Amino acid sequence: MTTKMFGLPVQRTEDQRLITGKGGYLDDLGAGAYAAAFVRSPHAHARVRDIDVMAALEVDGLVAVYTHDDLTGPMAEPLPLLIPHPSILDGRTAHALAKEYVHHVGEPVAMVVARDRYIAEDVVERIAVDYEILDPVVGIEQALLAERVVHAGMGDNVAAHLVQEVGDARAAIAAAPNRLDVELDIERSACTPMEGRGVYARWDGPDQMLRLYSSTQTASGVRAAVAAKLELQLGQVEVVVPDVGGGFGVKIMHPWPEEVMVPWAARALGHEVKWTEDRREHFVAAAHERAQHQRVTVGFDDDGRLLGLDVDISHDNGAYLPYGVIVPIITSTQLLGPYKPGAYRVEFRSLYTTTAIVTPYRGAGRPQGVFAMERTMDAIAQHLGMDRAEVRAVNFIQPDEMPYDQGLLFQDGRPLIYDSGDYPTSLAMIKDLVGWDDFTAYREEARAQGRTVGLGLACYVEGTGPGPYEGGHVQVETNGKVRVATGLTSQGQGHQTVLAQIVADELGVPMSDIEVTTGDTRRMAYSVGTYASRGAIMSGSAVALAARRLREKALRIAADALEADSGDLEIVDGRIRVKGSPASGIELGTVAVLSNPLRYAFDEASKAATQFTGAADFAKPPVAEDDEPGLEGTDFYSPLRCTFASGMHAVIVETDPETADIKILRYCVVHDCGKLINPLIVEGQVHGGVAQGVAGALYERMAYDPGGQLLNASFMDFLMPYASEVPTIEIDHLETPSPLNPLGIKGAGEAGVIPGAAVLAAAIEDAEGFAIQRMPISPSELFHLRRRFASGEIAPLPGRAAPAPTNEQES
Amino acid sequence: MSEELHEIRLRVNGAVHTATVPARRLLSDCLRHDLGLTGTHVGCEHGVCGACTVRIDGRPMRSCLMFAVTAQAHEITTVEGLAAADGTLHPVQRAFRECHGLQCGFCTPGFLNVAAAYLDDNPDPTEEQAREAIGGNLCRCTGYQNIVRAVLRAAELRRADGMPVPEQAAPEDARTPGDR
Repeated sequence: MTTKMFGLPVQRTEDQRLITGKGGYLDDLGAGAYAAAFVRSPHAHARVRDIDVMAALEVDGLVAVYTHDDLTGPMAEPLPLLIPHPSILDGRTAHALAKEYVHHVGEPVAMVVARDRYIAEDVVERIAVDYEILDPVVGIEQALLAERVVHAGMGDNVAAHLVQEVGDARAAIAAAPNRLDVELDIERSACTPMEGRGVYARWDGPDQMLRLYSSTQTASGVRAAVAAKLELQLGQVEVVVPDVGGGFGVKIMHPWPEEVMVPWAARALGHEVKWTEDRREHFVAAAHERAQHQRVTVGFDDDGRLLGLDVDISHDNGAYLPYGVIVPIITSTQLLGPYKPGAYRVEFRSLYTTTAIVTPYRGAGRPQGVFAMERTMDAIAQHLGMDRAEVRAVNFIQPDEMPYDQGLLFQDGRPLIYDSGDYPTSLAMIKDLVGWDDFTAYREEARAQGRTVGLGLACYVEGTGPGPYEGGHVQVETNGKVRVATGLTSQGQGHQTVLAQIVADELGVPMSDIEVTTGDTRRMAYSVGTYASRGAIMSGSAVALAARRLREKALRIAADALEADSGDLEIVDGRIRVKGSPASGIELGTVAVLSNPLRYAFDEASKAATQFTGAADFAKPPVAEDDEPGLEGTDFYSPLRCTFASGMHAVIVETDPETADIKILRYCVVHDCGKLINPLIVEGQVHGGVAQGVAGALYERMAYDPGGQLLNASFMDFLMPYASEVPTIEIDHLETPSPLNPLGIKGAGEAGVIPGAAVLAAAIEDAEGFAIQRMPISPSELFHLRRRFASGEIAPLPGRAAPAPTNEQES
Repeated sequence: MSEELHEIRLRVNGAVHTATVPARRLLSDCLRHDLGLTGTHVGCEHGVCGACTVRIDGRPMRSCLMFAVTAQAHEITTVEGLAAADGTLHPVQRAFRECHGLQCGFCTPGFLNVAAAYLDDNPDPTEEQAREAIGGNLCRCTGYQNIVRAVLRAAELRRADGMPVPEQAAPEDARTPGDR
């Protein structure tokens, strides 16, 4: 028997080229291309009065300079609003190059094309833009105040407003025996992949065809958007996604201004053009996420059971709204986690500010939702003097209540119905893993040594694998090699490996005979993209279904050739044989030959498929009416709705009594993404997610000054963690299969990041004895909170001691 | 306005290359765009991320912080030069694959060069030392855990391969001329 590959920790097939320097990332392509660079606004909000290029024209190697005045037709119009939603009151999007106004630092104002990037940047330096500086709007508070308005023609800064309600939450809270108000803040962070964005375009004039390479998470999305902007038919545009150096969400946003300008310029110039984003550009001109202010009001009974939950969210969406309101919708719905909220009301306002746009970053609104819910759970436990795990347990949806309908619409426009999950078991596992019940003793032991430690817990449920669909195409070549294609793109998730594992099992062929292509519209035109932890579910299911079609056809052809019943056949190591008599069989490659009836032979093997060989049934045409030539299978997977993965994190931190340094002693994860295709890869995904969660909780933030300047737009100042900051992660897996797809899987890509802010806030709070309501938190912020706590300005947590009197001088 | 160009000779992975570059051409850009060695990646251009790390006379250095014209006196090794001439992978390459020490692979060439150079000097690190050794390079995908594991595994593979003990361990006078 062929070994079953599904479930094994298979080493990645991608790695050979990546560890030998043979990867092909965007900037590795297009050696002969012109280089593009962009003149970007240095102001957060301004009117462009004049653009003077005279001083730039003498630079040797300059090819072209473009401004908005050079654009016509759809190129001159605003970029698309990708995901329209009824809650959007005034959806503004940017232009490919600024048209009169700029609304954030980094917004492209002019495009320069030159012989190489050095020269292009020389030219950028010499272009003088005369700006009339307008008032910036920075931060949620200013956006809400609306004393200054980001977009002309609007009376305030509210881009979208949505209220969702299940039951009468306010009445339930008013009637509840206990009530708490919790006010929370999360600051901006960003995906920050190691490779920034990049676009490389080749226009073939005689063929009137555009080949576009982009470091994107959606080939088909870019194709459609660029075709529309350049007024080309879809069939004239091919989008190929090369190796991508990380995405984490920012590259699902499309089309970027640069993504339409580069192909437009390539066509205008009749020459290849490439733009590779530099690090500063990525900070100011790509996208951020996370910033929200949340007010939670909760009513609960004396056992900690939720009776009513009322949440008000103010969400900073930055200067424009190209990705719609997906992030606050996800926060609003995924906030509920593994719990039954009682009556629930959630309201959000999505707000314009004169800062970089906000589009999904790994977790996409879930970290904020989990922060709100888990901080609330801890507040309830403290209020009632209950164990924090116990409060969660009494609110869990039970396994026998699945599927569970939360009564809301989710981010895919479909019902928020959890497919499966076992939260009580997860909780037991995480308590066991972290040693929950022994922590009191551990804390006492640490205290005796003069150390301060704290324990935190956070739970989440993550809707993964939203539709509408993905496709799979599987083809057996006449040499027996199997080619697999799916349309969504890869940024390091190991799709080539896991999709090959799936196809290997479905077809009974060795992985070494399988080659997988992702993100190439030439191979699979119909696709959506890589986001929302959907790669394995969507494309995994699609290639499995396609392979099953192919298998059925292969067995049918082989049955004719072997004069056997197809039900008696099996495929082992690429050979179809009669079960029980392995000697009589036929290679898959030979079946591929037979599957395509030929007039003309082209080699020895193909002779077998020509018209005068073998027995023919003269009553049937060579290709049956419901059949087609070739040994291929194509199928599409379109799910009814999302699957719901879940997990729980528990963390032990130590806080330094002098410096307020925060050290993670243990980081424990229980993770349930349904059936594991490849545990090595799933754990890698969890590791990377946790690292970003820790980063967002303790280190990273986008430090905008009141004028809208991003003060830390470099790796010198934006504290992306090194190995010294990321803890060792301990993982335990639970596998609750999803009933919704053929493989029983749920998504795993984003999970690790989701409870990061919540679990670290909980652990720090537990260590310090006062509430932590703003994340991220730095040692200096914790130091200042301690001062305020010591002065009585901040109350101790219920049941915890007030600060000891101190003789320390206030400085 | 045009700038002065310089004819340079660079020794990369044991071969001599020539290029005509302006004085401001970064070594990283020269390797990638003039010599076509695109395995060296550029992640920040200000020397923080380490993706562009190559070995200069065996020492890991950031090629984005060095001008190509100043690199002529040195022996440069890039990720393309890590494997043996017959294609046999270097122990760090094998270990990174075995331990899932890479995801998107963009930072990987830098880590491989750092790890290879480190293990030349420290063939038997502890986990803590391995973590410290790679502590100057950024990775956004892996959370570093499997990279640390890969460095330790590479040390094992390296010892099994019988790779040479550190040069520093041999007293200066004990070396034979030309021995490297």
